[in-house]
Amino acid sequence: MNSLERVRTPDRTGGHSLHEHPRFGQRVPPPGASQLGLRVAILGGVALIMFGIIFFRLWYLQILSGEQYVQQAAANTLRDLPIVAPRGQILDREGNVLVTSRVTNAVQIVPSELPPAGPGRRALYRRLGGLLGMSPRRIVEIEEKGHKEVSYAPVTIKTDAGRGVLTVLGERQDEYPGVKQEQVSVRRYPDGEMAAQMFGYVSQVTKEEKEPGTALYPHFKGVETGTMVGQEGLEYQYDRYLRGTPGVRPVEVNSENQVVANKPVTKPRVGYSLRLTLDLPLQREGEVALRKGMELARALGHPGNGAAFLAMEPRSGQILASGSYPSFDPNRFVKPLTESELKEVEQIGKGVEGAREPDPLLDRATEGHYPTGSTFKPITAIGSLEAGLLDPNVGMGAGSCIVAAGGQKFCNAGNNDYGAVGLVAALKVSSDTYFFEVGEHDNGHNPPAIQAMAHKLGIGRPTGIDLPNESEGVLPSPAWREDQNRKQAKCLRHPPRVGCGYVAEIRPWEPGDNMDLAVGQGDLQTDPLQMAVAYSTLANAFMGGGEGTVPTPHVGMAIENPSGGIVQTLNFPPRRKVKFNDANLNLVMEGIHDATFERGGTSADVWSGWNQAKYPVYGKTGTAERAGQVEQAWYMCILPDANRPIVIAVTVEQGGFGDQAAAPVARLIASKWFNQPLKLMSGSNADH
Amino acid sequence: MPAPLSPITAPEPSRRAQAGQPEPRTGPRLMLDPLLTLAVLGLGLCSVKILGSVTSEAVAGQPNYYSERQGIYLVIGAALMLVVARIDYARLRQFKYWIYGALLLSIVAVLGLGHGANGSVRAISFPLFSFQGSELGKVFLILALAALVVDRSRHLGERETTARVMLAALVPAMFVIAQPDLGSGLVYVAIAVTVLFVAGVPWRHLAGLVALGAVALALVLGAAPAVGVHVLKHYEVERLTAFLDPSKDYNSEQAGYQQQESKIAIGAGQKTGTGANDTQIKGNYVPENNTDFVFASIGSRYGFAGAALVLSLYALLIWRTLRILTLSKDLFGALVAGGVAAMLMFQVFVNVGVSIGIMPVTGVTLPLMSYGGSSVIATLLAVGLLQSIYVQARAAEALKGRVLRP
Repeated sequence: MNSLERVRTPDRTGGHSLHEHPRFGQRVPPPGASQLGLRVAILGGVALIMFGIIFFRLWYLQILSGEQYVQQAAANTLRDLPIVAPRGQILDREGNVLVTSRVTNAVQIVPSELPPAGPGRRALYRRLGGLLGMSPRRIVEIEEKGHKEVSYAPVTIKTDAGRGVLTVLGERQDEYPGVKQEQVSVRRYPDGEMAAQMFGYVSQVTKEEKEPGTALYPHFKGVETGTMVGQEGLEYQYDRYLRGTPGVRPVEVNSENQVVANKPVTKPRVGYSLRLTLDLPLQREGEVALRKGMELARALGHPGNGAAFLAMEPRSGQILASGSYPSFDPNRFVKPLTESELKEVEQIGKGVEGAREPDPLLDRATEGHYPTGSTFKPITAIGSLEAGLLDPNVGMGAGSCIVAAGGQKFCNAGNNDYGAVGLVAALKVSSDTYFFEVGEHDNGHNPPAIQAMAHKLGIGRPTGIDLPNESEGVLPSPAWREDQNRKQAKCLRHPPRVGCGYVAEIRPWEPGDNMDLAVGQGDLQTDPLQMAVAYSTLANAFMGGGEGTVPTPHVGMAIENPSGGIVQTLNFPPRRKVKFNDANLNLVMEGIHDATFERGGTSADVWSGWNQAKYPVYGKTGTAERAGQVEQAWYMCILPDANRPIVIAVTVEQGGFGDQAAAPVARLIASKWFNQPLKLMSGSNADH
Repeated sequence: MPAPLSPITAPEPSRRAQAGQPEPRTGPRLMLDPLLTLAVLGLGLCSVKILGSVTSEAVAGQPNYYSERQGIYLVIGAALMLVVARIDYARLRQFKYWIYGALLLSIVAVLGLGHGANGSVRAISFPLFSFQGSELGKVFLILALAALVVDRSRHLGERETTARVMLAALVPAMFVIAQPDLGSGLVYVAIAVTVLFVAGVPWRHLAGLVALGAVALALVLGAAPAVGVHVLKHYEVERLTAFLDPSKDYNSEQAGYQQQESKIAIGAGQKTGTGANDTQIKGNYVPENNTDFVFASIGSRYGFAGAALVLSLYALLIWRTLRILTLSKDLFGALVAGGVAAMLMFQVFVNVGVSIGIMPVTGVTLPLMSYGGSSVIATLLAVGLLQSIYVQARAAEALKGRVLRP
């Protein structure tokens, strides 16, 4: 320890100072060798302890909790980017493509990564607008609408941007902060407006739809945010089959979220195809025919501004064609829209001759609320017959009007007088006075004969069709009236601003109500779909020896994989069976058959020249009166062919008489179905 | 003023000639402390290796940009170390005012002429390097304080001595903290306290200094901001306090983020490190992964094994520093060695402690490991002083032996 010896020397000199400064003398011990040794030892001890702590901590971090930090590092750096799955196709019964998808590039804005609102963002929008050939204002409007709808997701500004645009965006990312390009699957509807309400449309799943507890949550459970999902119609109904499973592209990102490495991808699974019962040629012809029917109505000076048709295979309930007018082009929902553009697409339909019509999204075939006029008479007839309340051979309905018990006058259309006729003739000429008397006579019986039959046939109740928004309708009866009165009274105690609307006035059920119902008027509210189900039941009973199955109407036939193999056949078992007395049913059928080909039959003119021997037609016109409007034209017909039976329902709002605007449409559809010459025949009977 | 220990002069040639013996082969010039040299060499190599692996993509087209430059700094520093080792450190004592002046100048010059980096002004840019005054200042401060203490070695028990030494350290420390470089400022304070400690000032003075430090901390963090005086920058306070809440999940904008990511990187290194598959470092999740958080790079890439190796080299370095302290032939040398020990220990423990999340973020470099010329050269100058103390001590021992052996 020679070295220490030397160091001690100054301390000794320090010791001397004690004598020079005696006031510190007692307090300061003379520093010696032990002092320096001790102090260096303390420094060494501190170092030892610090190293000990560091090693212990490193052991804890790296050896004991290493696994956990490995996971945290992975969570930091690994991201799973979704690869969009092309949506499955929708095909007609023969495999023709009705709706398809294609994958394309979209320019999107990520709102959270945009420069802050102000000059920077405005400049970005100007640059982007110049690049995409859009006005900055339009970009802002689309961005704002998208942000409002799905606030957390990127907003697509433009689809199908050209290659040049994408190159610029890719190479000059710095100049376009918050703008990215993404592969998106875009829905394509080759036939545009055709059956648009039935197909529905797609848009990004919204936050509300993904929140537990909301009505749509079960439907969209497990869907990745930002995925395009079906919002209406079949797109909604069969969404879980159509949407497919997105693929995963795992990437490694750095702290600035830039991708630094790619990992093997899991490919997306294309959505299943949906095979429909629709027949594309028939559907197309139906759409054309419907427009022709409306043109006929307009030629007579009627507005004819809304219409629907539906053709059904009666035994199975397969819907062969169905359309509603006005319609919309679902392709427009595919492209980014501003708020006002969306409103326009949603609210204003493109009518014939450039007319603008309201409510294009409403499927009038399955969601309408209409009185049916005389097309209801066969139901009145069979109901009364089956209840034993009607003798078909007794002539009734003489005169142009009858006066009900309350003094109210009920008249034939055009105040025609058909004289006292039996049931068959009454159906053939559509004598209102006859059926007014039937309704009056039936009233008061329990159960009410007409209502009981209509209920069995499916009027005023859901049909069970595979579409999300079918209307239930209203079948008025004494019990219904009582119920509505009660609700109205209860509501009026605390009236909401918009009114109650259960009934126009609180009053008891009257014979007049039953008389109205007997001719498909009054409070009756139904739609072409329910009427088609009712007529199909009659057709099934007629073809099947008195026992009629009530079919479940449906559009979906099978779920198929993209290569065409069947994944699942969609089954829609019939709702129930209705038994008829053969003789009764034959009388009714005779009546509506006579109407189509015997002279004086309401739609005989329309079917003139039709091969009744080969394809006998059983059809009934209807002319529904609606307050403040021109009459609504109806036509219901059955063509009970052994191989290709078909039931056709047509209605034209404000179209005039049934044989003028509706029946010609039905004939065109039937012609197409049975491969007959397409002839547009309008009725000349100024009748019902 | 009689110096308590005059520098040991070389033996007179005449006496050697009289003794008729040949010149001793191992002259003091060639002697270096082998273990100290080994530690420095090892750390230098580790530094070049780790910088080479984590910064290979930092400068486009120049994968070795940082490692090459660090290598050059190390070579320059080593050359300076050899030069200093051959100087008798004791002569530096007489230049103490010049040295103290140079210390203040280098710090004030930075404040006046410096350029900013990460929001603070710490360095002056020259064509090839940027000069960070506070790093070199550490060495100047050690020499100046040691000289001051030696001058007052007869008055070590006096309060005035302690006060003067602390004042001499606090003036440059305040300038440095104002740059703002809180870490270096704290190093200055640590050096001053350790020099006093080694010199043997009374325990109650040391206790008083600790108490004053605690009061100052309370004032700076608590009382002063309450009355609107912000001694430290907002981000410095945030960093210091964020350390107290380690469980919180920080995003990249927040103060605790750096430490959190550093801990993840080190933890993920596990036993032997992630090697080239080092996503946490490569992805730039750990900020400053070649300077203040270089230890995170080591821990992540080479795991516990690599970290333990580097820490062992630091243990060797610090042990040799303390050993040389005890070997010193005079008080000045012992105090210089004590100051260097304080500098090294403070920087190693604080830097590593920050990286592993047991100390608040203050921003000090890891000696010889962090990228940066000023830090590397200053550290090697300090090591040169240690070598000089060792060489002089060995020479004195040899002479003593010879004198005693007629």
